[in-house]
Amino acid sequence: MSFFRRLQQDKLGIACLMFLGLLTLAGIFAPLLAPHDPTLVNVAVKLATPSLEYPLGTDHLGRCLLSRVLFGIRTTFFYAFLAMGVTILFGVIFGMLAGYSNGKVREAILRFCDAMLSFPSEVMILAIVGILGPGILNIVIANILSKWAWYTRMIYSSVQQYRSKNYVKFAQVNQGSPFYIMRKHIASGIAGEVTTHSTLEMGWVILSISSLSFLGLGVQPPTPEWGMMLNEAKNVLFTNPWQMIPAGTITLLVVIALNFLGDSLQNAMNPQAYMINVKQQKKLLRFGTGRKRLNVNIESEKS
Amino acid sequence: MRQYLTKRILSTIPLLLFVTFLAFILINLRTSDPAEIALRVNQITPTEEMVQSMREELGLDEPFLVRYKNWIVNSLQGELGYSYVNKKPVLEELQLAIPPTLQLAGATLAIIVFFSISIGILCSIFENRWQDRLLRGFIFFLSAMPSFWIGLLLMWFFAVYLGLLPTSGMNSPQSIILPAVTLSMTFLSTYVRLIRNNMIQNKHENFILYAKVRGLNERTITWNIFTNSIQSSLTAFGMSIPRLIAGTVIVENIFAWPGIGRLCVKAIFNSDYPVIQAYIVLMAVLFIICNLLVDIVVVMIDPRLRREAK
Repeated sequence: MSFFRRLQQDKLGIACLMFLGLLTLAGIFAPLLAPHDPTLVNVAVKLATPSLEYPLGTDHLGRCLLSRVLFGIRTTFFYAFLAMGVTILFGVIFGMLAGYSNGKVREAILRFCDAMLSFPSEVMILAIVGILGPGILNIVIANILSKWAWYTRMIYSSVQQYRSKNYVKFAQVNQGSPFYIMRKHIASGIAGEVTTHSTLEMGWVILSISSLSFLGLGVQPPTPEWGMMLNEAKNVLFTNPWQMIPAGTITLLVVIALNFLGDSLQNAMNPQAYMINVKQQKKLLRFGTGRKRLNVNIESEKS
Repeated sequence: MRQYLTKRILSTIPLLLFVTFLAFILINLRTSDPAEIALRVNQITPTEEMVQSMREELGLDEPFLVRYKNWIVNSLQGELGYSYVNKKPVLEELQLAIPPTLQLAGATLAIIVFFSISIGILCSIFENRWQDRLLRGFIFFLSAMPSFWIGLLLMWFFAVYLGLLPTSGMNSPQSIILPAVTLSMTFLSTYVRLIRNNMIQNKHENFILYAKVRGLNERTITWNIFTNSIQSSLTAFGMSIPRLIAGTVIVENIFAWPGIGRLCVKAIFNSDYPVIQAYIVLMAVLFIICNLLVDIVVVMIDPRLRREAK
């Protein structure tokens, strides 16, 4: 069974993928979908409850919450993708360099990564934001700097694994240039693992961006962003608790969808984990020759 | 054992040096002139001469490595410099802010330990039955919630709607409940999952089969499984203490808890570099020391590793 066939069978994973896809589309077409301008201040209708005119109500300045949530998709997804993309790029470059070079370069990269990893990422992010000053781009930079070392290590160990494979050795014997081998053989090998990890990590990045925006260190007004919307909702918590529902719910849904999707990808990527899920194991064991049949399944998966 | 201890403790020294050096470089990389900021935050329009004399006062005109050495020596003596904003010693500010954060972290840790162990055991007893699924689903749901949103929801429900607990500040013993619960939510799911999976794994070990054969009652067997499962969680617990203290930043800001997280965010807004620097170094040192302690404890607990360490 191929990777996509296995993923297709995972209904939850597909549902999450569709949800995230739809949300991305909604973000791209936000100007068409949003009923109002997300930054249009209209104090006459401030703190309105949901109505036909304002489906999710309005905030303390009378701005349409639905429009702000929709435009917030752009902010959140854009910066999260940016942070993730550059992190992976750095991780791939340095990880491959470390995995494919010998001696000093590798040692230098790995030692440096170890030292970077001795800072917990939360503190690292706060430290970098503290030094560079508040601002969304500084948060993106902080996210990249605090995560790239981890990706470098992960990619390094995968590269080590693939380097000992026979087809890579064969390519080396055939005088394939290191760059060609990395691109053709190793990159395709590690792509799956990187995708899975970055999907799982994406939720974390989104949370970190919106938490810092919530503290006022990230996205600056009037750009709509979910964390900042919750910060504004906090000020009217006593009188208008509804304010914190839309932005909070959408953040929660996105993070849950990313987590489930990451798990599904992991299962689809790794046929053995997929086969030996506990339920199946039990069912097979109950029908007598289960253990044998399970092994046969795994064997046929491998080949 | 002693050899292992000395080796492990000595190995942290280069790490400590690296981390402090990194913090020092980072602070010195900033674009704005600290002397100018020190003047500006006191609402003085800086002139050329004033900046120059301020630079001398702050010791900014010396070479880089000399400044690093001076800084390390001063820090070890407890002189962390003066806050640019209110001119108070940074050490004094930290001394005021650390106890509340430690209280918060302690209360959170107690909540995490109690609930993750009880829920983890329950989940493993009801492995894959509806009780297990329900509990795990609930915990998963809670952990995916942004912590600032949980904080707001809890604050609204318990403080505003029910009026049971104080909304913010640190005025009564009850005011620690909401921040601690909020903070524990982020960590709970990891430990529940860890304990549950360890318990389930240990259930199928031979020594449990043997215990069953001996006819021990269910409670003793569960206890046996538990004591064997707790070891790997211990490492994770130890590792999460610095993470917990670092994670207080958001919660302290929501609930106006006067700890170091709030101090740090305030310092970031004011570009109060001595405070930020002290915070970074404090956290890094804490992280390294916790790692060291966890490593040592793990070796001491596990006889197999103890033998290896010899």
